[in-house]
Amino acid sequence: MRNTAMNMVHKLAGRDERVLYIGSDPGAGTLRAMSKEFPRRHLIEGISEAHIIGMSAGLAMEGFVPYVNTIATFLTRRCYEQVAVDLCLHNLPVRLIANGGGLVYAPLGPTHQAIEDIAIMRALPNMTVVCPADADEAARLMEQTLDWPGPIYIRLGKGGDAIVSRAEHGFQIGRAIVMRPPGDILMVTTGIMLQRALAAADLLAAQGIPAGILHMHTVKPLDTATLLQAARGTRLVVTLEEHVPSGGLGSAVAETLIDKLGPGLPAMLRLSLPDSFMHNYGSQDSLLKKHGLAPNAIAAAIERAIAAPAAPSPQPHSV
Amino acid sequence: MIQTSPHAEAALTCKLDERSLHLRRLVLRAVRSAGRGHVGPALSLIEMVRVLYDDVMRIDPKNPRDPDRDRTILSKGHGCLALYVLLADRGFFPLSELDGFCSTDSILGGHPEYGMVPGVEASTGALGHGLSIGVGLALAARMRGRAYRTFVLLGDGEINEGSVWEAAMSAAKHGLDNLVALVDYNKLQSYGPTDYVLPLEPLADKWRSFGFAVEELNGHDVGALRDALGKVPPVPGKPTAIICHTVKGKGLPAAESNADWHHKNKLTDSELEDIRVAVGDF
Repeated sequence: MRNTAMNMVHKLAGRDERVLYIGSDPGAGTLRAMSKEFPRRHLIEGISEAHIIGMSAGLAMEGFVPYVNTIATFLTRRCYEQVAVDLCLHNLPVRLIANGGGLVYAPLGPTHQAIEDIAIMRALPNMTVVCPADADEAARLMEQTLDWPGPIYIRLGKGGDAIVSRAEHGFQIGRAIVMRPPGDILMVTTGIMLQRALAAADLLAAQGIPAGILHMHTVKPLDTATLLQAARGTRLVVTLEEHVPSGGLGSAVAETLIDKLGPGLPAMLRLSLPDSFMHNYGSQDSLLKKHGLAPNAIAAAIERAIAAPAAPSPQPHSV
Repeated sequence: MIQTSPHAEAALTCKLDERSLHLRRLVLRAVRSAGRGHVGPALSLIEMVRVLYDDVMRIDPKNPRDPDRDRTILSKGHGCLALYVLLADRGFFPLSELDGFCSTDSILGGHPEYGMVPGVEASTGALGHGLSIGVGLALAARMRGRAYRTFVLLGDGEINEGSVWEAAMSAAKHGLDNLVALVDYNKLQSYGPTDYVLPLEPLADKWRSFGFAVEELNGHDVGALRDALGKVPPVPGKPTAIICHTVKGKGLPAAESNADWHHKNKLTDSELEDIRVAVGDF
C-alpha cells in the first residue's frame, strides 16, 4: 500500500506540475525515480515536521499540491498545531501521507503506533480523513487527491495487505462502499479492518448469521446517507477499527446514528483497541489478535452480542 | 545577559516623527475603543511595519491578491494592531474598521486572520509558524520564477519556539535570498525580560550560524530600516535576518519597557489618561 501510494505521487507529478513530494527523513531511496525525473519537486526536508507542515502551507498558498510523507505518529502528534492552524484553518490542499497507521509498527513500540490519529485528525474542521484497505484502493484514492479541496490525512497500512477492494465498486472520497449487503448485522470498517470483517462475515455466514459490510474508507466526511440506509432494519451495527475507542470510526458512526435515527436506533457494538498505549510488540496481526480484532474473535463478539437480551444495548468495547 | 548594543541605546532615546506618532494614535484609538489589546508588542513594531508598507513592499491595496505582490507575514500575530493600522492607512480597508477591533462582527480580531482581513497573508497568533510559511512562499517564488519577496516579522519571545530554528535551517538550505526575517527585539516577553525567560544571546551570531546574512539596527530608526530593507539581499544566496532593537511600548511612556502593558484586557481610567497624555485627544 505504501509503495503504491508513493508511486502514485510520482505518477501524479508527471501529470500535474503542482504536485510536490515532501519527505522528512524517509527510508533511503524513497521515490528515487521521482527524484531523478523531477528533482525540484522531490524535497527531503529533515526531521522537522512542524516546519515541514508550515512550509507546505506556504507552498499550497502559492498553488502547489504538496504530498507530505512520514510516519503517522510524527505527522499527527508532533505537529498537531501546524496541521490545525496552517493547514486546516487556511483550508489548504496539502496531503498528509501517514506511513504505519494503527499498529503497523507494532515491534517499534508505542512511540510509533498511531492509535489515536483518526480521532485527532477528524476533530479538525476542514480535514478529510481516509483509510484505504489495500494497495488497489490506495491507488484509486490517490487518483482523487489532486483536486480535492482542503487538507487530506491518508492513513496507510503496512503493505502486502490482501487485496479485497474491487474496481467495480469504484472509489470516491466521502462515499462508503457496500462490500456485502446488510443482513441482521452490519459491520462498518475502515482501513485494513475490512479484510478481518470479510473473514468474520464468512464465519458468521457459516453459522447462519447474515452480516453485511460497509467499508467506510473515508471517516471524514462520513457518508451518513449510505450509513443510515445500510443500518436501517439491522439488529446490530458493529464498528471495527484499529484505533482507541475514543473519537474514531466507532464514535463517528455512533454520533450519526444517535443524531439521525433517534428512537429507531439499532443496538451497537464498537470493537476497537483498548484505551491504552500498547506495551506489547510482536506484529500488527499479533496485537490485533491480542485485542480481539482477529476474524474469529470478531465473529464471536458479534454472536455474543446478538445472543444477549435486546435491552440494554451491549456495552461499548465489550470484547 | 543581553549584550549592550548601541542600537538598543538608540532605540530608547530615538524621537518619533509625525507619521510614527499618527500611526500610534491609530493603534491607541483601536485599543481605547476595544478596551483591550496587545499594546506593547504593537508599539515596538510600528516602524518596521511602516517602512515595509510605505517604502519597501511592492503592493497594490486595490488588488491585495496580486500574484506579484511582496508578502509580509506577521508571525508575532499578537502585534496585529501595528499591521492593521498600516493596512487601513494604506487603503486595504477603511480606517473605521479599527473602531470595531475585537468586537463580535469585526474583521479585526486580536490576532490577524487570512481571508478575513484584506492584506493579511496568513492567520497567526500561535507562535513559531510564520517563518515556515514564509519559507514555503519564498521557495514557491523561486520554483515559479517569480520576483516577489517574503518578509516575516518575528517576536523575540516567539523565537523561543524550536520550529523557528527548523525553518531557519531550511531557509539556509534552500538559499532563499528572497526571504527576510525581521526580529522585533524589544527584550521583553509576556512574563518579563527575554534574558530571564529564555536567554537569546548571542542572537546575531545564532542567526549567522544558521546561515543567514545578519543586519542589526535601531528598529525605530526609519532611515536605518529603509537602508537595510532597500539592499536585501545583502548576501546573494543567503536569507536575511534583520535584528531590530526596539522598545516595547515605544511612544507610550507608561508602557515603555513595562511587561504589564504586554496585553491589556481592560483599561483603567488612569491607563486611558496615560494614553491621552501621551498622544493627545483623538
